[in-house]
Amino acid sequence: MNATQSEAASVLAQLEATKPERVTIVLLSGDLDRAMAAFIIATGAAAMGMQVTIFFTFWGLNAIRRKGAPSTAKDWLRRMFGFLNKGGADTLPLSRFHFGGLGTKMMQKVMKQNRMPGVPELMKTALDLGVRFIACTTTMGLMGITKDTLIEGVDQFAGVTTYLAEAKQSSVNLFI
Amino acid sequence: MHADAKLDTLGYFCPMPIILTSKKIKELAIGQVLEVTSDDEGIKKDMPAWCETTGHEMLGLEEEQSASGRIYKAYIKKTK
Repeated sequence: MNATQSEAASVLAQLEATKPERVTIVLLSGDLDRAMAAFIIATGAAAMGMQVTIFFTFWGLNAIRRKGAPSTAKDWLRRMFGFLNKGGADTLPLSRFHFGGLGTKMMQKVMKQNRMPGVPELMKTALDLGVRFIACTTTMGLMGITKDTLIEGVDQFAGVTTYLAEAKQSSVNLFI
Repeated sequence: MHADAKLDTLGYFCPMPIILTSKKIKELAIGQVLEVTSDDEGIKKDMPAWCETTGHEMLGLEEEQSASGRIYKAYIKKTK
């Protein structure tokens, strides 16, 4: 191996060593507890210097919808679905013990008393730390969720190929 | 142990102490030491793990008993 070759090899090895590790998370669930787990892992990983991407699909999209933003889907069926399926990071129900909202309210109160960040705060922290949010366009279409009803900070609107391309390079890949 | 900067994360649960640490460490110069105070027991394992991943040096961890419970002080030396 000549000098230039070994130099290139060492540069390559250095690049390999400093390449940030990647984490991809698919958030399918719109439950408060599951969304919290996703955002806690995402923010923790970002704080460790990892590159994090979250793909929001199906009910997970509710986390990145603006509260009370009406669906502007073209046909009435999807508009109706978008209306019935309430969105907003602070409106997510617990997966168990929701009790028509009472259980979730109680949990949120306990979290606040213990200075535990809720989903909206965790989401803001995630965006601050550079976590990328990607919204799945297929399920957005299915559920009558339009771009203008999502929060600011959604990085991309994409599909399964984008997810797989990212997941392929990730050392941590979670489906929540 | 000597510290150049201090960070109080008392009352915060995982992952907040680590997130606050990752933000605070940016304000320090290389070679300076950050003291992180926490009452979350998880920090005993989490802070060394964070240091190992990010490359900063974990100098040590001290425990003390206060009126409200156990308090942990982690010392981290910024290396890069």
